[in-house]
Amino acid sequence: MTAVELRGLHRRFGDVTALDGLDLSIEAGELIGLLGPSGCGKTTALRVLAGFEQPDRGQVLVGGTDITGTPASRRGMGMVFQSFSLFPNMTAAGNVAFGLRVRKVPAPARRRRAEELLELVGLGEKAKAYPHQLSGGQQQRVALARALAIEPAVLLLDEPLSALDAQVRNQLRDEIRRIQQRLGTTTLFVTHDQSEALSIADRVGVLRAGQVEQLAAPDELYHRPATAFVAEFVGTTNRLQARRVSPDTVEVLGSRRPLAGTGDAEVLVRPEAIGVAADETSGLTVVARTFHGALTRLTVAVDGREVVADVPSPLASGLVPGSRVALTLGDVPLLAA
Amino acid sequence: MIRRLALLLVGLYFLVPLVASFVFTVDGGANVYGQIITAEGFADAFRRSMTLAVLTVAGVLGITIPALLAVHLKLPKWRPVLETLSLIPLAVPPIALVVGVRTLLGYGPDELAGTPVGDVLVSIQDPELPWVLVIVYIVLALPFAYRTLDAGLRGSDVKTLVDAARGLGASWPATLGRVILPQLRPGLLGAAFLTLALVLGEFTVSSILLFETLPVWLLKISGSDAQLSVAVSLASLVFTWLLLLAVSAFDRKEKTS
Ligand SMILES: Nc1ncnc2c1ncn2[C@@H]1O[C@H](COP(=O)(O)OP(=O)(O)OP(=O)(O)O)[C@@H](O)[C@H]1O
Ligand SMILES: [Mg+2]
Repeated sequence: MTAVELRGLHRRFGDVTALDGLDLSIEAGELIGLLGPSGCGKTTALRVLAGFEQPDRGQVLVGGTDITGTPASRRGMGMVFQSFSLFPNMTAAGNVAFGLRVRKVPAPARRRRAEELLELVGLGEKAKAYPHQLSGGQQQRVALARALAIEPAVLLLDEPLSALDAQVRNQLRDEIRRIQQRLGTTTLFVTHDQSEALSIADRVGVLRAGQVEQLAAPDELYHRPATAFVAEFVGTTNRLQARRVSPDTVEVLGSRRPLAGTGDAEVLVRPEAIGVAADETSGLTVVARTFHGALTRLTVAVDGREVVADVPSPLASGLVPGSRVALTLGDVPLLAA
Repeated sequence: MIRRLALLLVGLYFLVPLVASFVFTVDGGANVYGQIITAEGFADAFRRSMTLAVLTVAGVLGITIPALLAVHLKLPKWRPVLETLSLIPLAVPPIALVVGVRTLLGYGPDELAGTPVGDVLVSIQDPELPWVLVIVYIVLALPFAYRTLDAGLRGSDVKTLVDAARGLGASWPATLGRVILPQLRPGLLGAAFLTLALVLGEFTVSSILLFETLPVWLLKISGSDAQLSVAVSLASLVFTWLLLLAVSAFDRKEKTS
């Protein structure tokens, strides 16, 4: 069942086009990650969905109902902001209960619910603390509890982790996912950190210049990117020179692969699809190596550009900067750049 | 050592006149402080000054709060404009302002007599409650109030807080009452106090426009009863301190509650 549908959203700020015909639909209970470079319109899309911003054109549908003209206060969406946004004059519990208070829920009921939610985000004993007495990570947990307290139709997260340090960030990321799955809340999670999006989202939408470039499950996005932009934005890729040998075949790193087109081309290849082996007769040399546990990343100079290859660490043991190596291409489909 | 000496000197600089004044007022045995309340014209002048102060505070806040909220929430582009506007009263010497106002007021009973504008000009010069002073004081207090409140708003991300409240279902009045005003409170108290102190101590404008506010009355009686006038000065100083203490105590109590 489709929970949220954004149809052809357009939004301009002066002469900047923030949204340029954005379409997106979210299934009920799904967590969609919205990924894209800075300024591509992620926040604007979220704010239009939340009702803080009006689109110039296009519609917002929730549960099949057009809510484009509904004010934010009557949309029943929970939002967690990038910057700390707790009400400084209220305790953690007061913050969480705020949405219920303005809905005139009786005090005992909303106190119980606030405790329950603080418990859920692991801050049961901080109910009486004021925001300035909480760490950044704790504040964002309270903000999450506050957003969930109103049982939102959609949970909106705008880079909620970007102000936190790496360790807290990963922990809270996994916790958001755990809570989201437990409550089954339809969620839109905006980030410009691809690993964040890929690790917790059911599907990831890659935004570019106000449009969705591709919306797909993380592994599909990684292994079968629809466009060069997606391939280069998600994960690391190499741009390699491919020599055309027939109308539908090119040769890359000595291997022939099907690729329709005319003339030579540039193709995109992931680092793990490139094999590296010592070869004294080769003209290629390793210029750098970095150890990443199970994998070792080798940088090899090829025709004046650097190609990175991720090889299992045991296979890379003898390969150091200066080693002569040969590169091979794994059995992967090619994407023209 | 040097610090102590400096502190001592500064302390003396403030204390000696105060103590001397106090000694002067109680010298001779008569209870001058008891006479203040019943002194001819005091009650009227005091009531007038307090009324002016309260009206000015209300007026200043009534203008600055909506203006600041508009600029912080909806029209950030207008911020530099408002900032510059708020500084203009500081650049105009009060004496120039007063001369201008006096000339304008003069049109009321003369050139414009009988016209609606003339009637307004006459009615704001009521010696019992001179509204014209409220208007002038609002202009004078505007820079201080604007700066104080702006600093308070700048420290917090009001726009995000307002979005958060709206998203959680709060109506505009609820957002204003539960989120924006608590955020503004320290600034509000500061602005109100500055305005209050400014109005209670203002002499130039009211004296030139011939309205008997507390400072004007003070000068008038100082010729006839020096002891009484010093006593009133001291009393008004203490009164202002008490107000300041009350304001800051209130602020502290709210913060810890
Ligand atoms: N209120 C506004 N006024 C003017 N321009 C705006 C406004 N909001 C957004 N923009 C512009 O619209 C474009 C998209 O902004 P948006 O905030 O949606 O990007 P984003 O994808 O969230 O970027 P980031 O990753 O940096 O947060 C940007 O060029 C931005 O400068
Ligand atoms: Mg953003």
